[in-house]
Amino acid sequence: MKAMLTGLLDWTDARFPLSKLWNEHLANYYAPKNFNFWYYFGSLALLMLVIQIGSGIWLTMFYKPSAAEAFASVEYIMREVPMGWFIRYMHSTGGSFFFLVVYLHMFRGLMYGSYKNPRELLWILGMLIYLMMMVEGFFGYLLPWGQMSYWGAQVIISLFGALPFDLGDPLTLWIRGDYVIADATLNRFFALHVAAVPLALLALVAAHVMALHEVGSNNPDGIEIKKNKDANGIPRDGIPFHPYYTVKDIWGVAVCLILFAAVLFFAPTFFGYFIEQPNFVPANPLKTPEHIAPVWYFTPYYAILRAIPDKLTGVIAMFASVLVFFVLPWLDRNPIKSVRYRGPMFKILLGIFVITFIVLGYLGTQSPTVAGSELGFRLGELYFSFFLILWLHSKTRTASFNYTVLGIVAVLFVFFDAMRFDADKGMLMFVSSLLVIGYYVFFVLGSMYTKLNEPKPVPERVT
Amino acid sequence: MTTDVDAGRRRFLTASVAVVGGVAAAGAAIPFVAAWQPSERARAIGAPIEVDISKMEPGQMLVEKWRGQPVWIVNRTPEVLQALPGIDDRLRDPESTQDQQPAYARNEFRSIKPELLVLIGICTHLGCSPIKVNQDAAPLGAGWQGGFFCPCHGSTFDYAGRVYAGVPAPTNLVVPPHKYLSDTRILIGADEGSA
Repeated sequence: MKAMLTGLLDWTDARFPLSKLWNEHLANYYAPKNFNFWYYFGSLALLMLVIQIGSGIWLTMFYKPSAAEAFASVEYIMREVPMGWFIRYMHSTGGSFFFLVVYLHMFRGLMYGSYKNPRELLWILGMLIYLMMMVEGFFGYLLPWGQMSYWGAQVIISLFGALPFDLGDPLTLWIRGDYVIADATLNRFFALHVAAVPLALLALVAAHVMALHEVGSNNPDGIEIKKNKDANGIPRDGIPFHPYYTVKDIWGVAVCLILFAAVLFFAPTFFGYFIEQPNFVPANPLKTPEHIAPVWYFTPYYAILRAIPDKLTGVIAMFASVLVFFVLPWLDRNPIKSVRYRGPMFKILLGIFVITFIVLGYLGTQSPTVAGSELGFRLGELYFSFFLILWLHSKTRTASFNYTVLGIVAVLFVFFDAMRFDADKGMLMFVSSLLVIGYYVFFVLGSMYTKLNEPKPVPERVT
Repeated sequence: MTTDVDAGRRRFLTASVAVVGGVAAAGAAIPFVAAWQPSERARAIGAPIEVDISKMEPGQMLVEKWRGQPVWIVNRTPEVLQALPGIDDRLRDPESTQDQQPAYARNEFRSIKPELLVLIGICTHLGCSPIKVNQDAAPLGAGWQGGFFCPCHGSTFDYAGRVYAGVPAPTNLVVPPHKYLSDTRILIGADEGSA
């Protein structure tokens, strides 16, 4: 029996690089030995992709992509298809979990400098995956044809109407295929959601993994294990991905699936965050719901859009807030990768960025208020300031350089405030500006006059 | 088999194939892009609609559907019309200079007949449908004269669909092409120029 199987493997290997692929990507792929908790999320993202594809294929077996039938067919899946509710909630919960896992994966990258040389392209491929996921989530959210599907899509498509030179209206008409969001829009979004974007996602994921295995994984110390190899050319601080990390990742998968099942069974709409309440009402083109918000994973960017009282500028700022991640490897040129060996200031900077992102995300789910928009605007400034400070802290800067940067930022931000000045909220604008002023005082002057930005010595080997 | 390669000739042929192939690919993209334009059926459904306004009371608002969008017909009272010029200094485009209405509606009231306002009920910010908020109903800040309020991002418009300054919406609400077929019937979606 064993001889037969070996024979089959040899026969296959002569015709297809099966063993070669297995060894290159698993058995002989050496990953740093010091992976920690944060290194679960790459494989978990892959798990979520598989769940989404599986549940998605099953949903297409019952779903009808037409404006007349879509809403009812989703209700049909929920109430009449055997276990249909399970598959549908698996898909809707899976979407949110996919984003959650990817956000944690990206945070890991920020923490340990995984986007830095030689992993710039790996980071960009990852960002393309993230972008495709957003596109996929947006198309998918229209399909149930509920009120939030309809009006959410209306808002997002209208973003393209902000293009200058009379390009906006023809473009939105072309995207919709009708004068409003209609059957044509739903039908094409369905095609993109189930075929085009998933294909692109799979290709990008394959490229992401190939790029990773070419350059090798980063690790919590941000030290290149390939720089220290033994006589056989194997990194001294590396261990084969299989079986060591496959076993570790299976543990992560089990824990993740427990949490996943808990949400799926006990809170599938997750208090209106994973599926918003208005989406249980069929789309009505004549009536906008009282309060419109995208799903939680878009809300940080949405809050930035909303905080800017000018349509085109708001749209540009929103797209910029996503796209700025693409140039991150060239903004943060600090040679020290890991948070462990950068000064305490980097920890605080990253912490504030995470808080900014979360509070923006919260604001994006809430109805617009004057104070909320003002806070959103200031946090939007802090959001972009994170990238500026990363660039500034890339190396030791002279005092005059730091003061010049401070001066330019001050002029720019005062200009923004002058543009949107409104006597009614002058006091509010002044008080909220202290947030931004404090931020710059701490991160620019703090790096000049305190030891908070002093790096620690980086060890030779991983710890 | 010869070893002397005419590198220039090879380069030229490679470039020509690339260019011709590129043109062919661009040409092949045309039907794919064109297929996304509104279909003939969608265009036909976008035809003008007739609305009977004989039963409209002063202050009443009708919501009709044209091209799948809400179209409002508001019968404004004389008091509302009188109050309109008083808020010009709080509006972004009080004179309707932006091309958001046919030429015949570029006037003080943004309408053909002063009292009858015809508007597309879609916010010019991000396409939500604003709601009519009367002066006394829910004061939106001091000095609210009544008008339209968009629940999505808080844009406000007066009773001529003119946008207030300092709100996200960039322009006034759109007045669709329309004409009076008689004293009691309006055609929405076409006017003297197009029909």
